[in-house]
Amino acid sequence: MLNIKNLHAAVEGNAILKGINLNVKAGEVHAIMGPNGSGKSSLASVLAGREAYEVTDGSVEFEGKDLLDMSPEVRAREGLFLAFQYPVEIPGVSNINFLKTAVNEIRAYHGQPPMQAKAFLDMLKSKQKLMEFDANLMNRSLNEGFSGGEKKRNDIFQMAMLEPKLAIMDETDSGLDIDALRVVSAGVNKLRSKDNAFIIITHYQRLLEYIVPDFVHVLYNGRIVKSGTKELALELEEKGYDWLKEDIRLEEPVQ
Amino acid sequence: MTTIASNIPSLYDTLPAQFSTLTAGAQWPEARKEAFDRFQALGGFPTVKVEDWKYTNVIPFFRSLQTLQLPAPIAITEAQLEATGLLLPDVYRIVLLNGELQPQLSELPPAKQATVLKMSEAAAEPAFTAHFNNSQKLAEHHFAQLNTAFFTNGLFIEAKAKAQVEKPLHIIHLYHNTSSLLVNPRHLWVAQEGASIQIIESAAGLDGSGTMVVNSVVEAVTTERSQMSHYQLQTGGGQLRFINQTLVQQRGKSLYNNYTFTLSESELVRNNLNISLDDERTETHLFGFYIATGNQLVDNHTSVDHRMPNCESNELYRGVLMDKATGVFNGKIYVHEDAQKTNAFQQNNNLVISPEANIYTKPQLEIFADDVKCSHGTTIGQVSEEALFYLKARGIGDAMARSMLVKAFAFDITAQVKIPAVRKQVEQLATRYLSAAVNN
Ligand SMILES: Nc1ncnc2c1ncn2[C@@H]1O[C@H](COP(=O)(O)OP(=O)(O)OP(=O)(O)O)[C@@H](O)[C@H]1O
Ligand SMILES: [Mg+2]
Repeated sequence: MLNIKNLHAAVEGNAILKGINLNVKAGEVHAIMGPNGSGKSSLASVLAGREAYEVTDGSVEFEGKDLLDMSPEVRAREGLFLAFQYPVEIPGVSNINFLKTAVNEIRAYHGQPPMQAKAFLDMLKSKQKLMEFDANLMNRSLNEGFSGGEKKRNDIFQMAMLEPKLAIMDETDSGLDIDALRVVSAGVNKLRSKDNAFIIITHYQRLLEYIVPDFVHVLYNGRIVKSGTKELALELEEKGYDWLKEDIRLEEPVQ
Repeated sequence: MTTIASNIPSLYDTLPAQFSTLTAGAQWPEARKEAFDRFQALGGFPTVKVEDWKYTNVIPFFRSLQTLQLPAPIAITEAQLEATGLLLPDVYRIVLLNGELQPQLSELPPAKQATVLKMSEAAAEPAFTAHFNNSQKLAEHHFAQLNTAFFTNGLFIEAKAKAQVEKPLHIIHLYHNTSSLLVNPRHLWVAQEGASIQIIESAAGLDGSGTMVVNSVVEAVTTERSQMSHYQLQTGGGQLRFINQTLVQQRGKSLYNNYTFTLSESELVRNNLNISLDDERTETHLFGFYIATGNQLVDNHTSVDHRMPNCESNELYRGVLMDKATGVFNGKIYVHEDAQKTNAFQQNNNLVISPEANIYTKPQLEIFADDVKCSHGTTIGQVSEEALFYLKARGIGDAMARSMLVKAFAFDITAQVKIPAVRKQVEQLATRYLSAAVNN
């Protein structure tokens, strides 16, 4: 589904991603961990098409197409979804209108007519139930005045509505209370299928107990320095990142 | 050869002659004479050398005008009214043609709630004699003086003491000309003690020829504990240019709300809104919204005079500037020495969508009391890149995303409108102007 090769990216001339290789197949869940500032959100941003990032080398294929060639909206319409580490507040745009517009723009891209009001509401209701999402938040402005956790849940709710092929969840767990974490994880597990895939960025093993990953990667200084299975997350939880940093320093020439 | 300092040869030179013919035998001769002298003493039409008119050059708009003589009245049909698209449900509809009340098309509120008269028939009303031509600020305005000298007619409205005027009064100003015309409507609105009234103004130009400058003056007075909500919906077609003076005097514990929404095709709209807080514990809310496209110039000059203690004023103006349009905002707040415990807030936010559009914005706070809370803020910007990316990341295309954000910016203000039908109409108009511009 997603094939990242030797991806290099820079912001304002600073190299941030320094050669990422990652292959995600349909049906898989990949977790990405790594210390603060290692480039996890940057990777997510580059995949979603944030303009501030300049891709300086490498390639990304998504469902056989050149992802880097697409505008952010086309990436979304092709089935890529980013749940933001920091969802944006947009006063004056109602949550529900925003969702309706998004759903219909994606449908239009695939040559489908706009969704009927009734069908849209039905879908809204069933996804609200799935994600146990507070219906009162629907009529408010997009994320405006939402608590930190409400914003995260709203992003995941949008994910449920848009049914992406590949969802990238950037620290969705941070800010969620214990119950919310369970609810959101259960929702994500129900959305999992053999046709879609998830990249889960997190600092904590806890989320990975609920959403069990097939692979765990450690991103450090713009590179994936270690990959393994879910046991790697446990090891990191126990030992932190220092032992990895040591290994890398031994391997690499001093910069 | 003329000896008058003539900044607008064709019109300015003819003013003295037009003044003698047009106002011969008119009511209030002394006031007119005094105002005309004052207009001339102020230098006639203001040029950009006059500080308050620095960014708004009105001279070109007056150069082509020929007369102040109103054309013969025409019959207006219900269909014509309908065609303006401005009609509102559940209002007392009051239709004016070039400032002249059209009783056959109007429904007035019950007399025990409010008196509505032509200005020309109001001279004997006590509230008229008490308040007409009484606003101190009149003397500062070139165009207010011109209006006092030449005004033809307008509306006198008095909300009776303790009356809650049930439905809003919707004044539809129709304008008609057969040559390039300067028209001077004049109004006086008084809310008596404990009264509450809502007044909505809309404007539309009828088919005619030439351009037209509407130079209007509204004097409004809110007496003790009264409430007035005043909606100025500045609509109307391309042949109209507007210069408005709205002068408000507030007495104790009164509330005045003003909504000035400029959603028109006029090339020139200049609003002078002056609020004088003459007593304690008044409350004032001023909401402005303007969309300027093409070569439009929309200029809002507001002033709030805090003269007495414990008053609160709150001002929020927003504008969207597109194409080669120009916006001007100047907000003065004076807090006089006696006006302790004043709360005065002001915000002006502008979205400048096109690189060729301009905005000149200037808050002016002059504070002479020490125990006050005042703040002001100004922003000029484009739509937020962060917000844009968020919308796009959900599959929403660039043009749609931009238009959503611009609308959101605008609808933040229109959400302040308390009358649902007005809000709906304003949002529809705003949407029309915004989508036309955002999508090209
Ligand atoms: N606009 C920018 N200009 C300069 N440096 C930037 C910019 N944006 C991000 N960076 C840098 O890129 C590096 C990677 O940031 P990124 O947000 O991807 O980290 P992260 O792995 O997501 O960290 P965290 O775990 O704290 O969320 C950081 O050092 C950050 O300071
Ligand atoms: Mg991050």
